[in-house]
Amino acid sequence: MWFFDSHKRYGIITIFLHWIMAFLIIGLFVLGAYMVTLTYYNPWYNRALWWHDSLGMVVFGLLMIRLAWILNNTRPAPLKTYKKIEIKAAKYAHILFYILLLIICISGYLISTAKGASIEVFNGFNIPSMITLQEIQADMVGNIHERASYLLLVLFVVHVIAALKHHFLDKDITFVRMLNPNILIKSKEKTK
Amino acid sequence: MKRIYTALFVLSLAATNVMADDYIIDKKGMHASINFKISHLGFSWLRGRFNDFDGHFSYDKAQPENAKIEVTIKTSSIDSNHAKRDKHLRGQDFLNTDKYPEAKFISHSFVQEKDGSGILKGDFTLRGVTKPILIEVKYIGEGKDPWGGYRIGFEGTAKIALADYGIVYDLGSTAKELELFFEIEGIRQTKQ
Repeated sequence: MWFFDSHKRYGIITIFLHWIMAFLIIGLFVLGAYMVTLTYYNPWYNRALWWHDSLGMVVFGLLMIRLAWILNNTRPAPLKTYKKIEIKAAKYAHILFYILLLIICISGYLISTAKGASIEVFNGFNIPSMITLQEIQADMVGNIHERASYLLLVLFVVHVIAALKHHFLDKDITFVRMLNPNILIKSKEKTK
Repeated sequence: MKRIYTALFVLSLAATNVMADDYIIDKKGMHASINFKISHLGFSWLRGRFNDFDGHFSYDKAQPENAKIEVTIKTSSIDSNHAKRDKHLRGQDFLNTDKYPEAKFISHSFVQEKDGSGILKGDFTLRGVTKPILIEVKYIGEGKDPWGGYRIGFEGTAKIALADYGIVYDLGSTAKELELFFEIEGIRQTKQ
């Protein structure tokens, strides 16, 4: 079944989640960095924030689905050509990705809901505030949100460089298997 | 004998000078507030307040010109009932509360009319800038409270120009000035 992940492949759900989240997160980063520079009289002053909040909550939801999905699927085996250190680095990089994304999503949610207001998601529905914060905490959460996002950017760059390295230098299927569930890890490459 | 009378007279003068009652602002019971009002684009008034402040004053009905007051405001306690706006107001564009955690008013002179209204002059320090301001004061009332204390209350209004205190973020031509409202209730301190 190309729906689920297996030893040999990433399934279509994982691939879909990977790419939709990749584009949304890149968009959110750019939007976030841009919107904090806007001044009061910019027509996007409120709108940019609204988009950032809405998309951010969508990513939060997708992240939950993805974590649940990963925990309930078999991880594809590392390619035979991978070095031990690469396998380890990849593992920790992926864990760090999820930790940072969780921190960014939660802190983002806490900024907007710090005073009890809910977050509006695309005029569709509201996510209520659950925790109200003191002013100092609200500012701290804002700092965490920003710093974690820049750390995510660094990790993203490493991730892209690694993917390109595997594709162009190692000429293996690391990158393309995240595009096409029909590309299978050959049995001789299966495990170490 | 004459000398003794003179001495007594001087003493009595000194005595009347220290006769002014000392009050602390009832922060514990929060029978005091510091609110502000600023124009939003010229269409409406935005109101907010500072939740955390403290102060004391001395006042004697017989000699109101000797009245003195000192109020310290914790700037990070600004509250306009909107988490993201409050975060912005605490930031560098406005109050810069990390660097300037306190705003302060210290009175220099007070002139009270027979109807209880008066003009209080003093120095207001905000964002590290100290400027003289003028507070229009109205006497509200005084007397014994039901719990064995003695209280007195005033209200005051003042206008400040944001640019005077280095706040130059563009909020539009109608929002160059901000109006402050003080509701002050003091509890008389028992004399030592």
